[in-house]
Amino acid sequence: MSSYEARFKVWRGDAEGGGLEDFGIEVNDGEVVLDIIHRIQATQAPDLAVRWNCKAGKCGSCSAEINGRPRLLCMTRMSVFTREETITVTPLRAFPVVRDLVTDVGFNYMKAREVPAFVPPEDLGPGEYRMMQEDVDRSQEFRKCIECFLCQDTCHVVRDHEENKTAFAGPRFLMRVAELDMHPLDAADESGLDRKKTAQDEHGLGYCNITKCCTEVCPEGIKITDNALIPLKERAVDRKYDPLVWLGDKIRRRPSGAV
Amino acid sequence: MNSGGVRTRTRAAIDAPHLRTDRWWLAPAVTAAGLLAFVVYSTWRAFANSDYYAAPYVSPFYSPCLAENCEPMRSGPNWEIFGSWWGLSPALLILIFPLGFRLTCYYYRKAYYRGFWASPPACAVAEPHKKYTGETRFPLIFQNIHRYFFYAAVPVAGILTYDTVLSFRDEHYEWGHMGLGTLVFLVNITLIWAYTLSCHSCRHIVGGKLKHFSKHPVRYKAWKFVGKLNNRHMQLAWASLISVALADFYVYLVASGAFDDPRFF
Amino acid sequence: MSVVDRQEWDVVVVGAGGAGLRAAIEARERGARTAVICKSLFGKAHTVMAEGGIAAAMGNVNSGDNWQVHFRDTMRGGKFLNQWRMAELHAQEAPDRVWELETWGALFDRTKDGRISQRNFGGHEYPRLAHVGDRTGLELIRTLQQKIVSLQQEDFKETGDYESRLKVYQECTVTRILKDGSRVSGAFCYERESGRFFVLEAPSVVVSTGGIGKSFKVTSNSWEYTGDGHALALLAGAPLLNMEFVQFHPTGMVWPPSVKGILVTESVRGDGGVLRNSEGKRFMFDYIPDVFKEKYAQSEEEGDRWYEDPDHNRRPPELLPRDEVARAINSEVKAGRGSPHGGVFLDVSTRMPAEVIRRRLPSMYHQFKELADVDITAEAMEVGPTCHYVMGGIAVESDSASARGVPGLFAAGEVAGGMHGSNRLGGNSLSDLLVFGRRAGLHAAQYATGLTGARPLVDEVQVDTAAAEALRPFSAEGPEPGAENGRPPENPYTLHQELQQTMNDLVGIIRREAEMEAALEKLADLRVRARRAGVEGHRQFNPGWHLALDLRNMLLVSECVARAALERTESRGGHTREDHPTMDRAWRRVNLLCQLVDPTGGLAATDPVRGQIDLVRETTEPIRPDLLALFDKEELVKYLAEEELYE
Repeated sequence: MSSYEARFKVWRGDAEGGGLEDFGIEVNDGEVVLDIIHRIQATQAPDLAVRWNCKAGKCGSCSAEINGRPRLLCMTRMSVFTREETITVTPLRAFPVVRDLVTDVGFNYMKAREVPAFVPPEDLGPGEYRMMQEDVDRSQEFRKCIECFLCQDTCHVVRDHEENKTAFAGPRFLMRVAELDMHPLDAADESGLDRKKTAQDEHGLGYCNITKCCTEVCPEGIKITDNALIPLKERAVDRKYDPLVWLGDKIRRRPSGAV
Repeated sequence: MNSGGVRTRTRAAIDAPHLRTDRWWLAPAVTAAGLLAFVVYSTWRAFANSDYYAAPYVSPFYSPCLAENCEPMRSGPNWEIFGSWWGLSPALLILIFPLGFRLTCYYYRKAYYRGFWASPPACAVAEPHKKYTGETRFPLIFQNIHRYFFYAAVPVAGILTYDTVLSFRDEHYEWGHMGLGTLVFLVNITLIWAYTLSCHSCRHIVGGKLKHFSKHPVRYKAWKFVGKLNNRHMQLAWASLISVALADFYVYLVASGAFDDPRFF
Repeated sequence: MSVVDRQEWDVVVVGAGGAGLRAAIEARERGARTAVICKSLFGKAHTVMAEGGIAAAMGNVNSGDNWQVHFRDTMRGGKFLNQWRMAELHAQEAPDRVWELETWGALFDRTKDGRISQRNFGGHEYPRLAHVGDRTGLELIRTLQQKIVSLQQEDFKETGDYESRLKVYQECTVTRILKDGSRVSGAFCYERESGRFFVLEAPSVVVSTGGIGKSFKVTSNSWEYTGDGHALALLAGAPLLNMEFVQFHPTGMVWPPSVKGILVTESVRGDGGVLRNSEGKRFMFDYIPDVFKEKYAQSEEEGDRWYEDPDHNRRPPELLPRDEVARAINSEVKAGRGSPHGGVFLDVSTRMPAEVIRRRLPSMYHQFKELADVDITAEAMEVGPTCHYVMGGIAVESDSASARGVPGLFAAGEVAGGMHGSNRLGGNSLSDLLVFGRRAGLHAAQYATGLTGARPLVDEVQVDTAAAEALRPFSAEGPEPGAENGRPPENPYTLHQELQQTMNDLVGIIRREAEMEAALEKLADLRVRARRAGVEGHRQFNPGWHLALDLRNMLLVSECVARAALERTESRGGHTREDHPTMDRAWRRVNLLCQLVDPTGGLAATDPVRGQIDLVRETTEPIRPDLLALFDKEELVKYLAEEELYE
């Protein structure tokens, strides 16, 4: 193996407009797309804007779209492309562009604020929490999330329909609701907050049509749809569409969260 | 330009609805073709109202058979609940349940939303619709009743299990025999059960709804088992769809006399 | 100069890693209006890279553990150079800091009885590290991030504005701490996205910017680690402490280039991985120092038996302390027995069945599979030392985390010095962030809200000077008088690469007097050239410009490291001198403080001979007797100078 010259098309521009720019650039053995972007930056376009940080797939900063697919630049090896292929790199297309490969991901931070935080149980102090491993497994899977927002980017609910952004929290933050609802010590119910119901009513769970693109793009391999969104939909059904469950809870007179 | 979605004015100015270079259209195309083939086949068979019984085999499309116009099947699940006024194919009475189960299934929803409705056709490929409300309003809000179809699918699977037991007879209703058809039925019923139990609603009901698994060890085990099946929900959906069609087709071949059921013993 | 936007806060926290966020939470909870400012997006800080866990003597797994044992381990690890009061506070408060995370929603791995599970780690006597698989740092950051969001939600309910009392300025950089006389008055910042300048006025500034790894070529650190906080403190007149101590982790990936430096966890060796050179030889047997001869296996056979039967065999030399292993690898490569990409081979493939490797080392299996396309069950990994952590940092008061000599300036986390002495134990970093992050936030808030009289004022001239300094790369200075005409501006990327190469080669793991002197000359040369670092384009998200500005910080910090390393004529922890290979007890009481030659706020000096840094020796305060009593006399004899023992 040796180095070769690859053909790249990189989107350059800002909110006013822009387009794909051609680069011929050296590629060496073992490199990832982010290395190539950096080489372009160091040798041909010093002001090429790209967001990145850890370079090891752990921080979720370098999200972009490569040949039309949402991916992390640092986790896409050049060896998955043929040498003849032209590699197209664009910013995330669901969010407003700032400049070049950098987008304004403020939407996600806004949505994060709309999910009510963990409610600590009133009767337990620090150091008194007891939780079994099997009870934290589910939420732990969701907490692997590195917040790269690729799922938010690929989800057609907002990607293809800007107007849904107000009503829909997106896979990342619906998963956050699921994480908290499955947290063994979350006391939201006791505080009068029904996460199952608000998932549907306030975070737009109904918009999700479970087409699984979020799961497909997740670099952490979290099964967002099967383990978070669908279980959350079922929990919403318990609250809103299942009279049997509702009746059962009434009869047994116990807070529904405490099973 | 600037017509919403990925071409919204604030986003990176790129005209193409998508820049994918792989064969992204293949999966939805195959899905759509597969589903369409099944719909055509099952419609023909459901309305045919013939060649669905060849002792001891009853087509899974016609079981249980709930009208007077059913062919008599000894010990079979043909109860005349609907009496004589029903003049159409009795398959229509019962197929509504498995059909509803599959129509509202979380996997099939993905499959037909992508394959037929292109919503989205593939990940990061722009969908052609101007508006999208998902499952928030009529009619798609009815997808939420999936669990009721699951409840209905369990007895249906039970009856098909009974049919499979009955298939251990010969054409004279003598017990202790087995033919190729029995084998077809066995494979089919195994896949039907595996698909039914791998359902997301089932996973929720057996344990997924719990907050503390540690307080319900048996349900936790059940949830883990269903979870393993659920990992294969898509494969099971297709396998059982094909197997049920094949089981029906086998009965058709035997009943129409096109094929003789080879007897093993 | 154009009018620069100003905003008023009580406390400004620079850096949004573990320490910064913990400080911000504390300051806000103490009633101070708090701003956090960070170079990356909120939640992306380098803390997410921490894998092992948070060291805290909770005693969940072994009830024999307590803060005294933890203190002892920490002091031993740091070769007694630690600021002992910090080590004491750290050991005492770490458990509370971990438990508190649970009340904010953190989900650690559990023990059988439902408590926080704790794992073994190098240098810790008992299982002590609270962890979540191998992503503890991510859990820590996410929990703190979500706690901040929950505080903002509270504020929203009360005031209708999420950011009324606690605001995160993400993707912004601080280039100067502003002062009113001796006191802090605010920070000069720019928005990376737009290039817009702004000033945060505040009487308290907490610096929590992490480390300096990006001054070295091979590092496990991210681009953010350019020593900003170290430099900001220096420029504000605060001294840096013991900057010569830099931890090199022995096993970082060396190939492919994109991931060079990324850590290969110690457990690979703990589970049976062996180090081989290009001749296939297990070379570590040749590198067992005399002091360890008794404790390590002398033959491969004995070493191999240890994994199964540790009670009757001695451990293999692959498990020598990090500095020893790093040095050995370094020597093998220099002797021409390295691997194709300049490391050595770390092999588990011939030691365990593939399925066992996948079960025991899942994250390493995936790391190599995904990043290097190497199947570690079938072939050896290539590894080499990588710059990992700086023990040195801003000199602070142990209890309050306040920087010495600059009222209103506080520091916590990796950027603060003293806590870890000459060498940090794994797991002590995350607990350090929490313990001292909280203390910094607490004291910063108290200082700000307790001020009587007028608040320190932001001086317009300082703002203009800072703005001019930040804009210089756009109008890179022309040729100096006497120089030939038409010299083009320097490329900041090239300068950065040269700096990294210099530090790696000349002030790296093994240090020699002549090399460090050469490094200082090279640094002076780079400093002159850096003044001509020019960039093209505009101020909007311009990485070339950002790097040009960061160069000032890296050059300052690198000079500190080189000067301090040249001065300390002994080998201790993260500082190895080939010409002074042993630890010298006389040096235990000596701290080296770096100060700016021209603290009046003048722009980066260019005099190559004098440099920008003055070194001051300082004798440390004696260790409190009750803490000394935690150790055996025989052990203390090895570390403490004669006169200390008889005091």
